[in-house]
Amino acid sequence: MKITQQSHAGTLESGDVLIRIQPVDTQEIEIELESVVEKQFGTAIQRLIHDTLNKLNITGVRVIVEDKGALDCVIKARVQAALIRATGTQLLEQNWSEL
Amino acid sequence: MSKLRRSMLFVPGANAAMLSNSFIYQPDALMFDLEDSVAITEKDTARLLVFHALQMPLYKDIEKVVRVNPIDSPYGKLDVEAVVRAGVDVVRLPKTDSAEDILEMERHILAVERKCGRPEGSTRMMAAIESAQGVINAPEIAKASPRLIGIALGAEDYVRNIRTERSPDGIELLFARCSILQAARAAGIAAFDTVYSNANNEEGFIHEAEHIKQLGFDGKSLINPRQIELLHNVFAPTRKEVGHARLILEAAENAASQGLGVVSLNGKMIDAPIIERARWVLQRAEASGIRQ
Repeated sequence: MKITQQSHAGTLESGDVLIRIQPVDTQEIEIELESVVEKQFGTAIQRLIHDTLNKLNITGVRVIVEDKGALDCVIKARVQAALIRATGTQLLEQNWSEL
Repeated sequence: MSKLRRSMLFVPGANAAMLSNSFIYQPDALMFDLEDSVAITEKDTARLLVFHALQMPLYKDIEKVVRVNPIDSPYGKLDVEAVVRAGVDVVRLPKTDSAEDILEMERHILAVERKCGRPEGSTRMMAAIESAQGVINAPEIAKASPRLIGIALGAEDYVRNIRTERSPDGIELLFARCSILQAARAAGIAAFDTVYSNANNEEGFIHEAEHIKQLGFDGKSLINPRQIELLHNVFAPTRKEVGHARLILEAAENAASQGLGVVSLNGKMIDAPIIERARWVLQRAEASGIRQ
């Protein structure tokens, strides 16, 4: 599924993450990460976001991540929420088991 | 002994940090909220946060309740879909006015259980009564489904509905509290009291907790972790009560070993309800400790 519109989810509060989703012209997945724990967990966060997008068959997207120390489950929830906002609830109805 | 549910701590479903760490507190149950504490614009993200928090290993051993939005709102069915799939223990239904509200929610829960492969009937329910109509219908509500573990009073909406406001002694809630308690006991389920919303007034909170314990409630919804220990202490028996309960059980055991049908302690007859209550006091002491 290709992203056609921008969206965002999350906050910049401690323990949370702000995720912004933008469509790109290619089929690539681009991730821009800024995190308070980037040195320790930067690679793991990138991998988590990739996995979350792959499970939902999302391509052609730029994900801008501003992380304030969110747990994996929060990052996943915020990415999925931003994707649902960008694609409509159709994504949710079809892919509950992938979330 | 039935599951202890003295304290049920509210956790706003849109607050990522609180959802991430509320397992560190020790309430008897956590209640993730998707309803009144969540802004309309954040209903979707709160639902997903709660969906993932419910599956966190750190929450494995704690009872998890989720207050969903009313089923006739645009969010209720999606909430049920998410939380049942995530393996919630109890779905809390807000603004319950009739037994039909329970049955409708139950139908949706059952449909999701079937869709996602959870055992039918494994998702429990509780109902919050928040109107005069709900209080009048409490006996039917309490008996509406075998999934119901308890009914609760939601006081803020209730006092608005009966055109008054909350007072320190809670006289305006007495009828509703007694009605809900009677309905719950008649149905064999738990009764939960409403929140005490001024987290800084410890004296007022303890006064209200003692009041609802004396009425017979099982516990109370809480809005602040600081209230957990205060509430558990109110529900803990005193040293004197524990000592007396031990004497009663010793006397009962002695009488039984001598084949006596009648038990007496210090000249007073001890009958079955008193022995049963003594056991309950000791079980409560084991769970809550001795009152400080």
